[in-house]
Formats: sequence, C-alpha cells, structure tokens
Amino acid sequence: MSATLTAAAPTANNLGNALEIRGLVKEYAAGKPVLKGIDLSVAAEGITAIIGPSGTGKSTLLRCINRLVEPTRGEIRLRGTELTGLRGKELRLARRRIGMVFQEYNLVERLTVMENVLSGRLGYVPLWRAWLRKYPEADIQRAFMLLDAVGLPEHATRRADALSGGQRQRVGIARALMQRPEILLADEPTSSLDPRTAVEVLELLARLTAAENVPVIINIHNVELAKRYARRIVGMSGGSVIFDGPPEDLRTHHLQAIYGGEDWL
Amino acid sequence: MNSMTSPSFSGDPVAPLRREWTRHTPGQRLSRFAVWLCCVAAVVWAVRSIDIIPEFLADAPEQMADLLIRMWPPNVAHYYPEVHHALIETLHIATLGTLFCFVLAVPLALMAARNVCTIRPLNVAAQFSLVASRSVNSLVWALLFVAIFGPGAAAGVFAIAFRSVGFVGKLLSEALEETSHGPREALRAAGASWGAEMLKGVWPQVQPAFWGIALFHWDINVRESAVLGLVGAGGIGLVLDDAINFFQWDRVSIVLLAILAVVLVAEVIVTRLRSRLL
Repeated sequence: MSATLTAAAPTANNLGNALEIRGLVKEYAAGKPVLKGIDLSVAAEGITAIIGPSGTGKSTLLRCINRLVEPTRGEIRLRGTELTGLRGKELRLARRRIGMVFQEYNLVERLTVMENVLSGRLGYVPLWRAWLRKYPEADIQRAFMLLDAVGLPEHATRRADALSGGQRQRVGIARALMQRPEILLADEPTSSLDPRTAVEVLELLARLTAAENVPVIINIHNVELAKRYARRIVGMSGGSVIFDGPPEDLRTHHLQAIYGGEDWL
Repeated sequence: MNSMTSPSFSGDPVAPLRREWTRHTPGQRLSRFAVWLCCVAAVVWAVRSIDIIPEFLADAPEQMADLLIRMWPPNVAHYYPEVHHALIETLHIATLGTLFCFVLAVPLALMAARNVCTIRPLNVAAQFSLVASRSVNSLVWALLFVAIFGPGAAAGVFAIAFRSVGFVGKLLSEALEETSHGPREALRAAGASWGAEMLKGVWPQVQPAFWGIALFHWDINVRESAVLGLVGAGGIGLVLDDAINFFQWDRVSIVLLAILAVVLVAEVIVTRLRSRLL
C-alpha cells in the first residue's frame, strides 16, 4: 500500500487543493510569533508530513486549522470555506468536516469503544440522541464497519481504558473517520507507540484515508516513517517552512537545516 | 530549597571544589523555628484562656458513670411509635435535603469550575456562594429556616440542603477541574456543541466522583439531620430534646441507639453502593 502511495507521489493532483493556508501567524504572546507567516496548500489526496524539532509550531499549525488554537493573522480555506472568521454554529459545522487524531488518543476512557467511535458524530447528531445513545442506524453500521477496518471488531463493547496504546489509536482513527472528514489532521499519532505498533497504525491510517479519499496532514517526529508514508514532506524550523517537497528530495543538508547540528545524523 | 556555599580555602587543595549542601538556608531555618514557636504559644494561650474549672473536671468521671447508669436499660417500649416515626422523618429530611442540595450544587459547581466556565466573575461569584453556604452551620441554617417555614421537617430539609451545597458544590467543581482536557478537545474538534462536550467528554469523567459525593453526603446528612430537631427543624432530634429536657435518660439512650443503628446501616449501604458504582 505504501508503495503505491509513494509511487503516486509525483503526479500532480487533479482534484484541486483541499486546504489553502496563507500568511498564517500565531502569537501566544504579542510580538513573539510561534508561526511566522505560513503559506501551505494541501492537495485533496495523499499524506503530507510535517517534520521539525519540538516547539517549532507544528502542533500549533494543525490546531490553527480546526481552531483549537486561535490564529492571530492569516487565512485558512477548507475547500473554499474561510475558517479563520467562523464563530459559534458555523465553526462547529466547519470542524465536523475536519477529523483529528491525537498523540495521547484523547478517548473518553470510561466510555465503550463503540461510544467513542460514535462520538465522532457529535457534530451531526442532536444532543438528545447522544444523551439517550440513540444514534442513527446508519452511524452505528458505519461505526461497526470502521471497527472492522481498524481491526477491533470484537472490542466494541469494551471500555476504552481497557485497550492498549495501539488499540486506542485505532479507535482514535475510527472516531476521526466517523466524521466523514474532508481532511484529517494527525498530531504526532505514533509518538506514544512502540516502533512496530507505530508502523502498523500509520499503515492503517494511510490505507483507510486512501480508501476514503481523505487527505492527511500529519505531524511526525520519525523522519524515516514520514518519508515512507508521505507523498510530500514539509520541514519546519523556528515557525517557518524551510523545506517543502517529495520525500526523495529530502537530503541530509535539509535535515541539518530543519533540526540543527549534524552530530545526530 | 537548596543552598550551596563554597567553603573558604583552608590548605586543602580540593577544598574550593568541595560544595556544601544543606536542605534549608539559615533564613528558612529561622522562619521554621518561628512557626514552631507560634504553634507552642498558641497552645499555651488556648489552655490558659478557656477557664477549666478543676472541680468540674475532677467530678466528670463520676457524673458520666451516673448518667450511664440512669440510661441503662434503654426504654425499648418507647421506640414505637414515637422514636420510629421521628427516625423515618429524619431519613426523609436527609434524603430530600441531599436531592435538593444537588439541584443547587450542580449549576454552582459548573459555574465555579474554571475549565468549564471561563467567565472569571461568575467563577468568583459561584465560589463565594459555596464558601458562604459552608460558613453557616446546619443548626444555624435550621434556625433561619424555622423562622421562615415554622418548625417542622420543611425547615430541616432546607437547612440540610443549604449546608450541603457548599461542600458538594466545592467537591464537584474540584472533580470538574481535575478532568483531563484531551477528550473534550477531541470532541470539540469533531464539531460537538458545548452540551455534547459536557455530556460525552466531561460527565463520564466526573461520574464516579459525582456518585461518590452523593452517597457520602447522604451519609453525612443522615447524621446531621438527627440533631436538627434540637432547634425545632423536625426529625429525631426533637424526640431527643424532649427526653433530655425531662431527664428521661432511658428514653435518651433508646434514641441514641436508634441513631447509631441508622448510621451503621447507612454506612453499610453506602459502602456497598460505592464499590458497585466505582
């Protein structure tokens, strides 16, 4: 699967861009920007990996897209919808079009796997349905389908806190896909997992998002994994994009520029 | 705090390299000593100012023995119907008071928790009312409500409710503030409304604490409501007060035994339910 993805990398996308970021600036403290004017267009398919040292604003960038973090300046368009100005209900309607997978999974520990997956629909179903756990039949069928797809069909009724890290992240992926998102943001989805599980989870993420035609932006520390699964690598350092290109173009001097130093290479 | 001082050179060539480590700086040591001194002074002052009458103190064991002899045997015949009905009323006061307290405490707790309600003045207002509720003893609340509703169980219910709000509200708001932010963030990212975020992201996290607090406070309120009758707010305290006023010590003992039995049963029920729910 990964082979086909990387092989397809050089082809120009013909679906237009899913996401357009223009001049994005985020300052947590005035005058000290964490993001210094990011310009980024993300194609409507395939995985874009963002690499860079800790504290360089990768996570902030992702969180600005779904407005978990409020951007200071700039534009973010999701298939033509300007996201930066949205408030209240409009913001919620936009957020449900954007799936997110977290480093610490962020499942609701005391709920069952099934309810965690179904909670991906909370942007769609009315509150009373969520309260009474009367999710629409179609949602339940899709949740079962996704649980099959992530390889946890027999875990539907187990509580999320009974799962291992890898299993939890699979539930996290199922929950995000439950939204039928137009784009998926993954913030260090494998950093809490052991190397083998990390590969399995990434493999799964790549396969499912390719099958559903969902473009993915992934923050990742592991450069090898990034090169293996992404069709495009974005290298960030000090709040700016300093490399942007296909994985095969990423050279040692790029990595030195991104992470600094050379002893580690 | 650590303090490091470099000792003066004294012929030993490695002395300048040797570093000293002490747990406290001299200033800290001095202030710790001052705190101890204050504590001792407070105890001495307290003992000297409460005016213990030595004769009464010496007399106490004798008086206590006398009281116990008068209490024995308990007047079992007195239990039904008077004590029994008062006991049931006490349980009703405790239960209704606890329910009513939650009606008041849940909104206040949501308002007081800083991660739920981000409007600072509301946080402060809610925290202030919770502290205000706690600062008044349940007997004082009962006196107030007896003045409003007249003597009887209604005053007791309100007294219990208004007293418990402070504790329940504070414990609930602390439970809310301890919830992890991650699941809420995930639901928000999925486009969930505030209500859905609370219902599916926060409530499952505070649920065990909620039931624990509810049971624990019902248990406390059973004991609290037993004394409310002393100020006319209904329940078994009324019977106890009458018996004491008429020096009917055998009746006093049956009332005390009844209260003990109820508290024990409540304890067992609460422990069982807790282990089931958590």
